[in-house]
Amino acid sequence: MNREPILKARGLVKRYGRVTALDDCDFDLMPGEILAVIGDNGAGKSSLIKALSGAIAIDEGEITLDGQPVSFASPLAARDAGIETVYQTLALSPALSIVENMFMGREWRRPGLAGRWFRALDRDRMRAFARDKLSELGLMTIQNIDQPVETLSGGQRQGVAVARAAAFGSRVVILDEPTAALGVKESRRVLELILDVKSRGIPIILISHNMPHVFEVADRIHVHRLGRRLCVIDPREHSMSDAVAYMTGAKAPH
Amino acid sequence: MTTTPPPPPRPGPVSGRGPSDFETGLAASPQGVARFEAPRRTPLAGIQHLLHATPTLVPVIVLALSILVFGLIAGERFFSPFNLSLILQQVSIIGILAAAQSLIVLTAGIDLSVAAIMVLMSVVSGKLAITMGVPAPLALGASFALGTLAGMLNGLMVARLKLPPFIVTLGTWNIFFALNLWFSGAQSIRSQDIDAAAPLLKFFGNSFRVAGANITFGSILMVVIFAVLWYVLNRTAWGRHVYAIGDDKAAAELAGIRTDRVLVQVYALAGFICAIGAWAAIGRVGSISPQSFYEGNLQSITAVVIGGISLFGGRGSIMGALFGALIVGVFQSGLRLAGVDVLWQVFAIGWLIIIAVAIDQWIRKVSA
Ligand SMILES: Nc1ncnc2c1ncn2[C@@H]1O[C@H](COP(=O)(O)OP(=O)(O)OP(=O)(O)O)[C@@H](O)[C@H]1O
Ligand SMILES: [Mg+2]
Repeated sequence: MNREPILKARGLVKRYGRVTALDDCDFDLMPGEILAVIGDNGAGKSSLIKALSGAIAIDEGEITLDGQPVSFASPLAARDAGIETVYQTLALSPALSIVENMFMGREWRRPGLAGRWFRALDRDRMRAFARDKLSELGLMTIQNIDQPVETLSGGQRQGVAVARAAAFGSRVVILDEPTAALGVKESRRVLELILDVKSRGIPIILISHNMPHVFEVADRIHVHRLGRRLCVIDPREHSMSDAVAYMTGAKAPH
Repeated sequence: MTTTPPPPPRPGPVSGRGPSDFETGLAASPQGVARFEAPRRTPLAGIQHLLHATPTLVPVIVLALSILVFGLIAGERFFSPFNLSLILQQVSIIGILAAAQSLIVLTAGIDLSVAAIMVLMSVVSGKLAITMGVPAPLALGASFALGTLAGMLNGLMVARLKLPPFIVTLGTWNIFFALNLWFSGAQSIRSQDIDAAAPLLKFFGNSFRVAGANITFGSILMVVIFAVLWYVLNRTAWGRHVYAIGDDKAAAELAGIRTDRVLVQVYALAGFICAIGAWAAIGRVGSISPQSFYEGNLQSITAVVIGGISLFGGRGSIMGALFGALIVGVFQSGLRLAGVDVLWQVFAIGWLIIIAVAIDQWIRKVSA
């Protein structure tokens, strides 16, 4: 393989006071692949993807997107570059509706005068789109697309966040534990959605503690340990117990 | 000792590609859309839910009830078109301040300086137009610009320096009040002088009569400001971002909102509305006094709170603040007409505030 990574990071360092969350961390995401990131709690996985998506400012290191150096000052900047993220905390506004959350910061305006001069939102079109995307995810115990997100169950909220990222991601989709709160059936739907996004040619970064899922969908697995990339393994050549042994430090990769 | 033989290979993928064993049953699961019977609720929980969905309902009911009750007590004198339009007039300035205050409270902030900005701006436009002979439209334009700037100053300190809004605006309240005394020399500008030099400043004091009601332009201005803000907050993306910031600022930031920028805009807009209020206040009072509306800051917060806008941000409708201001006006008018001492009016408003906040807390506890 001599293809260049679409998203690449070298020597990332992020300190929170005296805690070093990222310690000279490297990262590579290849075009069109599903890259799983696994590691212990507190290993720095979320910090890594937050650095990649502009949610935190790194102290050192560099990030390139398609070979171009980038430094995202905010999540919006990363999003404008086509990187869509489902954060572990979901980043939903509880009092706002499902539609409003899905379109937060990229609302559609009505055509013509109403939209151009009076900046009126095209609420019907946004509703129809949101309903479509949620149906695709099969998360259809939701009946009212205008219902506030705070009245949804934890899993349904996660579904809304995943649907949002999958619908709008154009270059990279990042998912930080997207199935943590989901049931067996819903998790499977999210996995199908991930494969669907991949079939559109969009690469995915998937953080998960669920080894069977990781081994099922990932093309490569980035093992994260103590704030840095320990190794990258091929799920077809390593077993789950190998992966767990590496990430917990029980065994050194060779 | 016997050793158990190794288990036979399990069927299906174990660590391979494809769904695991336990998931194969999924294929047979129903694929339709789940339907729920609407859960049975006690009447009280039903009310709680309704209020959660439509937060303006409480102030609307309180307003309707208080109009009804005072109408029964004070009769004709209260219910006359003239008295009702008088109430509208009396609440117009606090109403406009409450509109500005609502914007800030929706972002989970608070602005103690709204009335101070307003009075300072009425002094600015009065001083420029009357004492210094600047053409009235220019003087008003300057006051709008300075009012916006004053709000922006609050916003920059809140958003960029991350100072608590309460402290920032407590500080600027004092600062603006001192500037106002300095600039005005603690002198009022008399009504006759305004009439002579710049009658435009009193534009919103004009009125017209319909069916016995006396409607001032200032009352109409207040209603228009609320209508425009309602539209902006509910029908434009910017308005929804204001709600999102008050709801959960960190989440809004991650979702791609430039929260600090919107915050500064909100405070600047509030300052601009205060400057418009300053113009209306000159018409309402007739003269320009640097000492007027000293309690306006707190009265605007009172209207917002009674109107059911949550001080925790992100919840409530701007229309609530209009109803809140009207409720205060109706109470004052009704109690006065019923011959009740002023101190009991204050007493009643005090309880209204506490009850409104208690209801807000109760509504927020709604369970899905
Ligand atoms: N905002 C913060 N302030 C201070 N320390 C932080 C902050 N965020 C993360 N950390 C620290 O950085 C380290 C890495 O955290 P991170 O959230 O990246 O871990 P993670 O691998 O995502 O863990 P998990 O699997 O539990 O989600 C932890 O030691 C954590 O305590
Ligand atoms: Mg994490």
